[in-house]
Amino acid sequence: MDVQRKLEILADAAKYDASCASSGTEKRDSSDGKGMGSTAPGMGICHSYAPDGRCISLLKVLLTNACNYDCLYCVNRASSNVPRARFTIDEVVKLTLDFYRRNYIEGLFLSSGIIRSPDYTMEQVVSVARKLREEHHFRGYIHLKTIPEADDALIAEAGKYADRLSINIEMPEETSLQQYAPEKDVRAIRRTMGRLRLKLDEAEENRSTKTKARPQRFAPAGQSTQMIVGADTASDHTILHTSANLYGSYRLRRVYYSAFSPIPDASRALPLVQPPLLREHRLYQADWLMRFYGFDVAEIVDDSAMLPLDIDPKLAWALRHRDRFPLDVNRASREELLRVPGFGTKAVERIIATRRTTTIRLSDLARLHVPRNKALPFIVLSDHRPAPHRLDEARLIERFKPKATQLGFGF
Amino acid sequence: MQYITLDTETDFDGWRKAARSLVLHHVPPTDATWTVQGGEAELFAPPAPSPIFEVNDGTFNVSAKFVELAKAAILHRDGERFAILYRLLWRLKDNHDLIEVATDPDVAQVTAMARAVHRDEHKMHAFVRFREIGRERAAHYVAWFEPEHHIVELAAPFFAKRFADMPWSILTPDLCAHWDGHALSFTSGVSKNEAPGEDRLEETWRRYYASIFNPARLKVKAMQTEMPKKYWRNLPEASIIKPLIEDAERMTGAMIANAATDPHKPQKRPEAPMPRKLAADDLEALREEAAHCRACPLYKDATQTVFGEGPKDATIMLVGEQPGDKEDLAGHPFVGPAGQMLDRALQEAGVDRNKVYVTNAVKHFKFVPRGKIRLHQKPATPEIRACRQWYEREVSVIQPELIVAMGATAAQSVFGKITPIGKTRGRLIDLPDGRKALVTVHPSYLLRLPDPEAKVLEYQRFVEDLKIAAGLQKKAPRAA
Repeated sequence: MDVQRKLEILADAAKYDASCASSGTEKRDSSDGKGMGSTAPGMGICHSYAPDGRCISLLKVLLTNACNYDCLYCVNRASSNVPRARFTIDEVVKLTLDFYRRNYIEGLFLSSGIIRSPDYTMEQVVSVARKLREEHHFRGYIHLKTIPEADDALIAEAGKYADRLSINIEMPEETSLQQYAPEKDVRAIRRTMGRLRLKLDEAEENRSTKTKARPQRFAPAGQSTQMIVGADTASDHTILHTSANLYGSYRLRRVYYSAFSPIPDASRALPLVQPPLLREHRLYQADWLMRFYGFDVAEIVDDSAMLPLDIDPKLAWALRHRDRFPLDVNRASREELLRVPGFGTKAVERIIATRRTTTIRLSDLARLHVPRNKALPFIVLSDHRPAPHRLDEARLIERFKPKATQLGFGF
Repeated sequence: MQYITLDTETDFDGWRKAARSLVLHHVPPTDATWTVQGGEAELFAPPAPSPIFEVNDGTFNVSAKFVELAKAAILHRDGERFAILYRLLWRLKDNHDLIEVATDPDVAQVTAMARAVHRDEHKMHAFVRFREIGRERAAHYVAWFEPEHHIVELAAPFFAKRFADMPWSILTPDLCAHWDGHALSFTSGVSKNEAPGEDRLEETWRRYYASIFNPARLKVKAMQTEMPKKYWRNLPEASIIKPLIEDAERMTGAMIANAATDPHKPQKRPEAPMPRKLAADDLEALREEAAHCRACPLYKDATQTVFGEGPKDATIMLVGEQPGDKEDLAGHPFVGPAGQMLDRALQEAGVDRNKVYVTNAVKHFKFVPRGKIRLHQKPATPEIRACRQWYEREVSVIQPELIVAMGATAAQSVFGKITPIGKTRGRLIDLPDGRKALVTVHPSYLLRLPDPEAKVLEYQRFVEDLKIAAGLQKKAPRAA
């Protein structure tokens, strides 16, 4: 089988992993004349976008899509009829370097089906990264999948070469993982995440203490995971509770949510419906509220345990807590401002810097990049106050519901 | 009216010098006209520029934030940029804080220009596509790009640092950047037909692009927001975007319509999964069994059961409350800050740490997540009761002579009922089964004491308590 055909099979097999980020690592470049590649601290670069709206930043492939496991939600499960392929280590190395040299990608995201044993699989994955780093002095971004229960020495080596490591928890609940992925063990996944966090903490301590010894490098861009949304019956509350637990327990940089897509050669046990993209979007918004806006899971999801689909979770919260509004933008605290619908973290910083020297008026909202319509019922400005009872109108919510529109591709 | 002619479209230094002189000569913004040498000549430009002022005629302070914004905004293609920047500078000299007022029209405009320039720079970093001329060692990499603003010089160093080991050129209509492996150089702009038309890898790249796209998740608008159409004409993958979209709906429909296929027989596994380790002894068997404990709900949110550790023939068993954050991750008891405190106290009291079995009354970590940390929660009576079976079975395997209960939760487990520490602390108590018990505080209580004096005092008391255990350890070397 030629490399192009393998690439088609093994990229197709990898596309259900939502993670694409090439961000959050250390600053590196190749200006010392040795090898090739660089990383930007903070933001990674998206070199292209597919028509699914997802960024293409890394060459995202599996080393092989052969797999011992039979996870029902996975296109690569042992009982699936998809064509199988396996890259040699050198083929992945060459593709990565060839694509990188033409500025198509930021680096490599490498995962694999489980073949032979977790240790054998991990060793194969690590070999690719080792070759890129040690033989070709590749300084670009590398994201490796960590195989649960892999040997500690292999995980340490993976962290030495990779910027980011990830282990997918896949299902929000242990019961559904048992049901859909009998060979997977959520306990083993968590234990491995715990081991990664201990190693990440240790590497960070070494970086911050001024010792002469060179700190053992370990995945400077941290670890991430993914949960599939809509394959099982878990509620949004369950999903977000699991996320909060994972963020707190293992200091994950990101939890990715992946709306379950109909997969070619699907299993009979799963719903064959369009992926719940809007639900996925609302979960990301809720996730943001937890991480950057000081919201608690219990505040985001009400008793129904599901996020509303027609309005965003912050607006939904504000409508449930009308007694806290309207807020005086010129006086309210940062924490309060962060809870105003339409106020993003950057807008709040701009407001706080601006109001030190001047009073904010209605006409200023556009320059602060605040969606006027969304915020107005909730705020007081020097020349604006929402009409009394405005906030109590049952019709307020109607104001925010999206207008029905004709779908089109905008061509 | 003062006429200033700058050397190039991106002549920041020239603008800075001129603007500085204009301000020091009190020339208001309405009396200054800016043009660029060889640029689109102003209708009213005089045949010769105004005499440039003395360069060294003084300085004044302006915020670093303005300089940073101006350096970016000056690269914008808007012909009014020099005048707008000068107007803002003029206003800033009497009002330094103005730069922080995001709602000021001039600040907003300059900020928006700087943002547009940085976005264009970012897109250039992303969408430049090199094409290989020649092969392997003799290869030269050439790209054609059409930037929106004057950003070639700004964006070029990124490529020099990233592709230091290969000679490359980025050709644009305004300016071309070249890297020979050692230094950057710039030449004037060229037309598109100077650039190579294809690359041997592009077909492979398009195959990748088509395969990584998930047709079930069509979101064309999201794609175009981040990858505006104006960039498409120079992207090798753009030619297949439209066909992919047209196929997508048909494919997804087909996928859903296709009834699930019969699974094929799983292949024989090349290697049988490794058999479970056989327990070496009854303590190992107990540990293995406890790893799957579901007797209370605490297992759900924790990483793992943290079982006791120590020699099977230990004479002393230390019982703590529950594993903490670090113990939960590592799977071993007393490895966090409280564990370090305990080790130090045991050493001072003369207890041989290697001959002590340490465990916890509750073997899963109870907590609530708060962002990136976990707040420890005190175990409740039902959890202590549910977990007591493990403590009892540990006692029956280890057969210790003395059990040291550290803290109220441990005491509740050891005595089987709520036991206040104050009344029982620091003396040997007979247990119904003939063993001795000793009650003391938990080392984490010492960590939490805010008052340094109280800390020292309480720590000493804790060591005194442990000395009782040390006396017992020395007195009774156990027959093997």
